Order: sequence, then structure tokens, then C-alpha cells
Amino acid sequence: MRHLLSISDLDKNQALSILDTALELARISDAPVKKLPTLRGRTIVNLFYEDSTRTRISFEAAAKRLSADVINFSAKDSSVSKGESLKDTAQTLQAMGADAVIIRHSASGAPRWLADSEWISGSVINAGDGTHEHPTQALLDAFTIRKHLGSSTGDLQGLHIGIVGDILHSRVARSNVLLLSLLGAQVSLIAPPTLLPVGVESWPAKISYDFDSVLPHLDAVMMLRVQQERMQDLFFPTAREYSHFFGLNRDRMALMKKSAIIMHPGPMNRGLEITAECADSARSVIVEQVANGVSVRMAVLYLLLAGSTQEQGVLQ
Amino acid sequence: MKNAYLLSGGTLADGKRADVFIADGVIVEVADVLKHPEVALAKKIDVTGCKVLPGLVDLHTHLREPGREESETVLSASRAAAKGGYTAVSAMANTFPVADTAGVVEQVYRLGQSAGICDVFPIGAVTQGLAGKQLAELGAMAQSSARVRIFSDDGNCVFDPMVMRRALEYVKQFDGVIAQHAQEPTLTQGSQMNEGVVSSKLGLKGWPAVAEEAIIARDVLLADHVKSRLHVCHVTTAGGVEIIRWAKARGINVSAEVTPHHLLLTDEMAQTYNPVFKVNPPLRTQGDVEALREGLADGTIDIVATDHAPHPAEDKECEWQNAAFGMIGLESALSIVQKTMIDSSLMTWETLVERMSIAPARIAGYFDHGRAIAAGVSAHITVIDPSRNWRVDRDLVASRSKNTPFHGMDLPGCVVATFFRGIPTVVDSKLVRLSGSGSE
Repeated sequence: MRHLLSISDLDKNQALSILDTALELARISDAPVKKLPTLRGRTIVNLFYEDSTRTRISFEAAAKRLSADVINFSAKDSSVSKGESLKDTAQTLQAMGADAVIIRHSASGAPRWLADSEWISGSVINAGDGTHEHPTQALLDAFTIRKHLGSSTGDLQGLHIGIVGDILHSRVARSNVLLLSLLGAQVSLIAPPTLLPVGVESWPAKISYDFDSVLPHLDAVMMLRVQQERMQDLFFPTAREYSHFFGLNRDRMALMKKSAIIMHPGPMNRGLEITAECADSARSVIVEQVANGVSVRMAVLYLLLAGSTQEQGVLQ
Repeated sequence: MKNAYLLSGGTLADGKRADVFIADGVIVEVADVLKHPEVALAKKIDVTGCKVLPGLVDLHTHLREPGREESETVLSASRAAAKGGYTAVSAMANTFPVADTAGVVEQVYRLGQSAGICDVFPIGAVTQGLAGKQLAELGAMAQSSARVRIFSDDGNCVFDPMVMRRALEYVKQFDGVIAQHAQEPTLTQGSQMNEGVVSSKLGLKGWPAVAEEAIIARDVLLADHVKSRLHVCHVTTAGGVEIIRWAKARGINVSAEVTPHHLLLTDEMAQTYNPVFKVNPPLRTQGDVEALREGLADGTIDIVATDHAPHPAEDKECEWQNAAFGMIGLESALSIVQKTMIDSSLMTWETLVERMSIAPARIAGYFDHGRAIAAGVSAHITVIDPSRNWRVDRDLVASRSKNTPFHGMDLPGCVVATFFRGIPTVVDSKLVRLSGSGSE
């Protein structure tokens, strides 16, 4: 594995190996000295064409705990805002000796395009591309679900996970549908028809427009951020109506299984897709998702950059 | 006799073996055994095993001049056309400045004549500046030396139904035709690729088939109402084919074109996120491809048109959503049609000639073109070796731009020679350096 661009590039064993490695690395993160020397001397670039403080610092923390040198390249305050092309930026990073480029881009497919180009030789990690995928988010979500609800088999067999909200524009949803189903879970997508893409019936997931009928069967419910502006594009009539049918609130929480957990990739629109009461409840694992993000991203960097020869060695 | 050539050993579209004697710009004699006394003096070209066909005619070509000469010029596009077996192309109006006045269309026409490699017939804009509001001076363009008959805002849809109605009515006075780029704009804002299974996975904004079909349906009804002539550019959907089939059955005066790339490629190509596959209208599904082939075979779709759309490297070497729409196609069109239609037994060579030469010339009124190989007609000839394969190489194209989606593909059917008004523009599959063709 040289790049991580889409969950569809992974088979089940590779996905489980990332989660298992993340578990090992999480133990190290709990130690008083959090640093491992594994990626000493390696250069990792955070190439962010979109603002995303949480994803960027999560990758940065992951890289630093593995002792890599991290360069943050933000499109906002660089030559990119002066019209420099992805090609020129990539060649610049190549000339500086980047071993890996973590890219966040508003254009779907930009990471794949970068990886398939001959502009750079290092690994490319997709940190969210347009409305396509966000594979490390899905991995950290699967990691979190497994930690709370996982069986002895190590996968997510037998679990039913609901993803609720703006599926159409969500890279988190696309990656999660692929990964959770790959790991054996049943996935339900719950949204108004306007926020489901044409073609969604080909996805390995069930579709429902009725949150209340599915909710009692879910082991985990993943709420997606809904942008207020979507109203202007006629995706739903009002924020109030959206919350009424698809928001997670106290009454709905009462329908959930005892063991079921509440997730959200952040940042939340409290009061729109989720009430504060639900977000801050004992069922909520939202803060934990953030912590797990660092471990999962450490695992991805480790497996991509430390090389197959070391794959067994260091962790044992 | 001047410029005398003998094409010996070939067969015509119908499969009959015939030698063809060309001189003074016309076909002098076509026969199994030529009898003309001056045949012996002609330069003999052995075309054994090849098809000798009328020169191809394209009704949809972006030559980019004036204004975008870094991607293509009238001269470079003419060279690409000749290499692809074309003897006439139609210059789309979306240049800078837009071809919406007699002055611009005459300039393009003159550039074509001075290149002297094929006929370049300008298409005039329907509306001023392609803005869809005010009619351009259609009459002045029709009356100009360029004799414009096809009008199109291609790239933009003539969306306002009243503007479309008036345009259809107005061009009746000089037997013009409105070539519509059928794209409902409000349904396709920011659209990147066909809306369906593949777009749902790739997270690229969808371009629904209905956005094309709704306009086609509206326009055939308008054309029927005002009894005018409509040409539908680059049909891409099964539903579009169905509507046109229905319209023709009702006797509505509509013609339609399909591009070679829509006959071969599907939206699956977008999975690479390689913008060389980004095109307007977008690549559709396998079901659409099959419906287009069927429509072309049964005549619902009258012609193949290239929609040759050159773009400089920087407009394609970027993220998909930032890339330009379009593909070059002049040099590969014939091979793609052979591959998709002839080699699949959907169509005969005679039908190919109808769809790529005779019908386009008829629709556009290019009376010197699209004539079957016979004594007395202008010598616009394409010689193709159907049994020879070639590999598409973007670095070897005659076009100034390299955005071919077929790079690296092995294709059947090689253009061996092209004659434009009796003068060879391509011999041995190589461009002939013409004295009159100016400098690049």
C-alpha cells in the first residue's frame, strides 16, 4: 500500500490491520512519553486547500508522535492563493523531499489525481476531497465503534449503523458506507430524498426516509453536519422542519437501544442535526472520536511510510 | 490535365472494386478498367485493400481562432482534419470575439481558404455574444461571403424558449438551421459528469440526462410549431434518441448528431479523475452508448460530428472540477466509428459514408461535398485502410492540443490518403506540405 485515497482501495485485512495497528499505537499514546522514533528524518506535508483545523492538527499530532518532520502548507497564505496550480505546488513539495503529502481539497478526486501524476514520488493520503471521501475519518469511526461494540472476531459483523443527514454532500458518509460494510456491519442511510445522491441504490447500504422506524434497531447512530445554506438550494424547506424529521433530540434518544452510541464527525451544528443534550449525553462518543483520530492517523502513516520490512518489527 | 492522380486497386463504399482517376480538381473517371487516354500520365497511388470514400464532413468543430490560438488555429485544425480524412469542417462560433457578425465569420472563412487544406465553413452564433438574449445578425452572416447556414450558441444552450422560437422562425428565410446545445442550465449548475451510479460514488456533481432530454423535447415541439429546421448537437442519452425518433416519426424536421467519444466511452472513465475524460455533454452509461449506436445505425441520428475541442495542457492538468470541458477528435473519428459501428456489424461502409459525409453536407448545404465517388464531382476523397490498426499517440497529433481521450488505444482503420478538391493533403498517412498553406 503506497497511498490512502479511498476506502475502496482497501481489502478487509488491510482495514483490520490499520485498526489493529491503531490500537497498539493508542497504548503508546497513553504512556508518559508519547513519542516513537519510527519516522525520524521523514518529511510529511499537510497540504490543505480547505480550512480544517481539526483534521490538520490531528494529522500533525500523529506525525509528530512518530517523530516525523511536519510542514504545514495552507493554501490560504501561500502561492496557491495567487493561482499556483496543483502541479506546481506538487513539484515544489517533491523538490523539498516530501515523503508523504496529506491533502485536503475542495475538488473531489484531487488526491487520486495527485497520486496518479508523476509530479511526486511520495505517498498521498486523502484528508478529505470535495464530496468524495474522507478515509481516515471512516477508519477512526470504525475504530471507535469497534472499541465500544466490537465482537471477538475483530470486525463489525452483526452491527447495524445508521448515518443520518446530508449524505449527498458528505465525504464522511461515502467512506463510512464502504468501510463499515467491508467490516461486516449493516449500514442504513437516513435522509430526505433530496440529500441522497441519484445512484445511491448501488451503494452497500439500506435507505430510509423514516428516522424513527430505523433508530430503535441501530447500534450506532452517526449524525452528519447539515449546512444551513442548503435551504437556499431547496434541499429542505426550513431548518426547523429538518430538525423535526432528521434531528437527534431527547425524544428520539429515548428510542435508542440501551447499548447504542451517538457519533458525529464534527463540527456540530448544535440545535440543527443534534441537540446539546444528545451531543453531551453518556451515549455520545464524539470527543473520543477525536482522540481516536490521532491513533488511526498514526497507524496510517506508520503503515504507509515505515515500510513492509518493519511492519512486524517495531510494534512487537 | 493538371494534378492528375490515379487511385488504383481500391474499393468503393459499396464494396465494388474501382480505380479512380482524378484531374483538375474533379473525379474524371471511376471504373474497374479505366479508359481515359491520360490515365497513363497520372501519378499512380496504389490503394489496394483500401476503401475510397467521399471526403468526410464535420458539422461541429472548435477551431479556436480567433482568440485561443494557443490551443488551435484554423491551419492546425485543418491539418488535423485532413489527417482524419475530412475535407470540410464547420467552425463553431464560441471564439473570441464570438462569431456573431458577418465580419468574424468572413475572417474565419478566409483563414480556412488561405490554409487551403479543407473547407472551413463558419457556424454563426444564434445570439449576440452567445448570451441567449438578443438574436445575432443571422441574415448578415447568411448573406456574407461565408454563406452561413448553421447557427449555434454551442457551449451554451439557447435556453429561453421565446428566443429559440424566434431563431427557428427567422432562419427559415434563408433555409438556415439552428443547431442546439441541449442543456437545461438550471439543472446543470456546476455539473461535472453524468448523474448516476458513478457520480454518486465519485462525489462529482451530477448532470442528469433529463437536462438534455427536456430541451430536445421542447425544441422538436417548437420546430414543429413554426415549421422550421432543428439540428440537435451531440445527443448523449437513450432518452434523447427516443424523443428524436418520435419527432421524426411525426414528420418534424429535425436532424441529430452523435460524437465518436459518446459512441465508445462511458462515465466509468471518470473514476480516474483524469480531466481528459471531462466533456460537455458528459460521457454517459453503457445503456446510453448502446442506444446511440442503435440510433446512428437506424438513422434516428443522422450524422457523426466530432465536437473537436482543443484545450491547452494547463486546462487539463488540474483537478477535475477546475478543468475545461472537451476532447479533440478529428484525427480519430473515423477509426472510432469503424470500431463501434462497422466492426460490430451495426453499420455498413455505405451507411458510414452517409453519416459522415453525405448527410452532414446535405444538412449544412455544403453542395460541393458529400457526393458519392463518381465522374464529374469535386475530388474530395478519403482513402482508408480498414485492416490497418494504429495506436493513438497524443504526441503525434496534428492538432495543437493533445487532449485526446484515446491516447494509447489501438484503433482499427487508418486514413491513408485525403484529397481536397483534387489535391492530396494526406499521402501514406502523412500530411502533405502544401505550398499555399502558409506558416504556423
